[in-house]
Amino acid sequence: MSYVVQRLLTFPLILLGVSVLVFVSIRLIPGDAITAMLGTEAGMMTPDQRAALAAYFGIDQPVWSQYSRWFLGLFQGDLGVSSIYAKPVLTVILERFPLTLQLSLMAMVIALGVGVPLGVLAATRNERPSDLVVRVLAMLGQSTPSFVIGVLIIYVLSVFFGMVPAMGTFTPITVDPWASLGQLFFPAVTLGFAFAASVTRISRSSMLDVLSDDYVRTARAKGASPMSVVWRHALPNALIPVVTLSGVEFGYLLGGAVIVEQIFALPGLGRLVLDAITQRDYALVQGTVLFVAFNFLVVNLLVDLAYVALDPRIRLGSR
Amino acid sequence: MTRVFGALWQHPSGRVGLFIIGLYLTLALLGVLGLTPHPALKQFMIDRLTGPSASYWMGTDLLGRDTMSRLMLGIGQSMLIAFASVAWATLAGTIIGLFAAWLGGLWDGVLMRLMDVLLAFPAILLALLIIAIVGPGTFTSVTAIAIVYTPIFARVVRGPALSLKQRDFVDAARTFGSSQRYILSRHLLLNLVAPLAVQVTLALAWALLTEAGLSFLGLGTQPPTPSLGLMLAESKNLMQQAPWLMIFPALTIMLGILGFNLTGDALRDILDPRTQRRTA
Repeated sequence: MSYVVQRLLTFPLILLGVSVLVFVSIRLIPGDAITAMLGTEAGMMTPDQRAALAAYFGIDQPVWSQYSRWFLGLFQGDLGVSSIYAKPVLTVILERFPLTLQLSLMAMVIALGVGVPLGVLAATRNERPSDLVVRVLAMLGQSTPSFVIGVLIIYVLSVFFGMVPAMGTFTPITVDPWASLGQLFFPAVTLGFAFAASVTRISRSSMLDVLSDDYVRTARAKGASPMSVVWRHALPNALIPVVTLSGVEFGYLLGGAVIVEQIFALPGLGRLVLDAITQRDYALVQGTVLFVAFNFLVVNLLVDLAYVALDPRIRLGSR
Repeated sequence: MTRVFGALWQHPSGRVGLFIIGLYLTLALLGVLGLTPHPALKQFMIDRLTGPSASYWMGTDLLGRDTMSRLMLGIGQSMLIAFASVAWATLAGTIIGLFAAWLGGLWDGVLMRLMDVLLAFPAILLALLIIAIVGPGTFTSVTAIAIVYTPIFARVVRGPALSLKQRDFVDAARTFGSSQRYILSRHLLLNLVAPLAVQVTLALAWALLTEAGLSFLGLGTQPPTPSLGLMLAESKNLMQQAPWLMIFPALTIMLGILGFNLTGDALRDILDPRTQRRTA
């Protein structure tokens, strides 16, 4: 059990570290917060007005007390107020998050749906032409950044098919599922492309490992059909590294959405971060970065715990 | 060293990778020396948006600047940022990982938890946060990418260093009275070169990708310095009239990353016999 306990104990510690890091980095931004918030209008304020504003935002306090106020606020879901949207940061985040979540999930489904079968195919045809083709494609895919794929997709769609992928609009899945899935299809392909390539490579190499295991040989010896050996006996074990990869990658998908949302002009969390940074809305930067890091940590924790549940060797601490 | 290069050259993907890296370094060097087909910043207003031709091999952009010359400078810029950031990340990560493993106990816990905090951010987000603080630019890109990859190097070094520390030859060296510095550099560090070499090559691929991504967002290298990511981003509005503005930067970015990925994979095959037949 020690591994699980250790993991659960360090989780809040790391979260605390993340919150301190985010908070401190925002405070390191040169210039004072009020000038940053109001821009040139800050020059028109009297010192009294400035002091009143500072008191209102609590930035007249020493840094540690600002931090503790902010930190305690986190537990009540209070991430501060966004200066560009004039709304609570959490409200803005929750408006934007469904798109990014759906985009990441679709990218993941696409990547696993393409990557696992290709990897298994390549492993069962080890060193034959189809294996080589898959390997070359996977290597190319892994070397293609999402922004290259995204721009290429837009180019091919618009020049050869005369269609423009839905940009800037988004229908929530609860309103019209088909329209929603359709709008996010190409962005999800863009986001999941490189991930599909790494899933292919991992499932291929892990399948090759498993196929040389004794129990697979036993299954073959007792006369199980080749199909059943690969899909029923070998695949479940071969998928363990894929599960780990997917967990880690999911967090990166949330981050990678920054670029994809920018290309397809989608109003998601990634664009929110970018807008917050370019428009110097520090409460929003602070809130969104913390939100994404928190999700990333939670997903990783869940993957680790799921992994422990799947693999008794880790649970018993004999890793 | 020459042995590893020989083995890399024998390895099918290693050879392709080395060739690409060599080509890119040559192009970058020519670019730095000013030996581009045209001056990269000069605007040939008469030849705006012309397609690939004998004079402009890869066409010109909206301002009449030669795409190929700009790509050569862009490669130089990308390579500079990638090598500088990975060098810093390797240095910092190795020192942190080595000390964490060597000192153990509380030091190990504190240092590695700090690394975990940095790893809790998706790479691009951490880079964006750093850019928000310092403001975009070449130096910021180097710093941001270096900080993003430091924890990865710390982990890569700490694991093997922990097991090396337990080995008999380290105990033996200590009984001989070797200084800590000697043991750390001679016995630990030298044995870590293999896993580090693989990680460095793969990190270079990632650094190229991140750099291009940041400049694609407009938060990396600032104009007028040419950068691959920004060239690609700017091509988006002109892709119907001037597809060459998009195709060439896209291929340049892909091929560069591919070169380092191929070399890294080949290095792993060569240096780590366990994975020899596994990796594609």
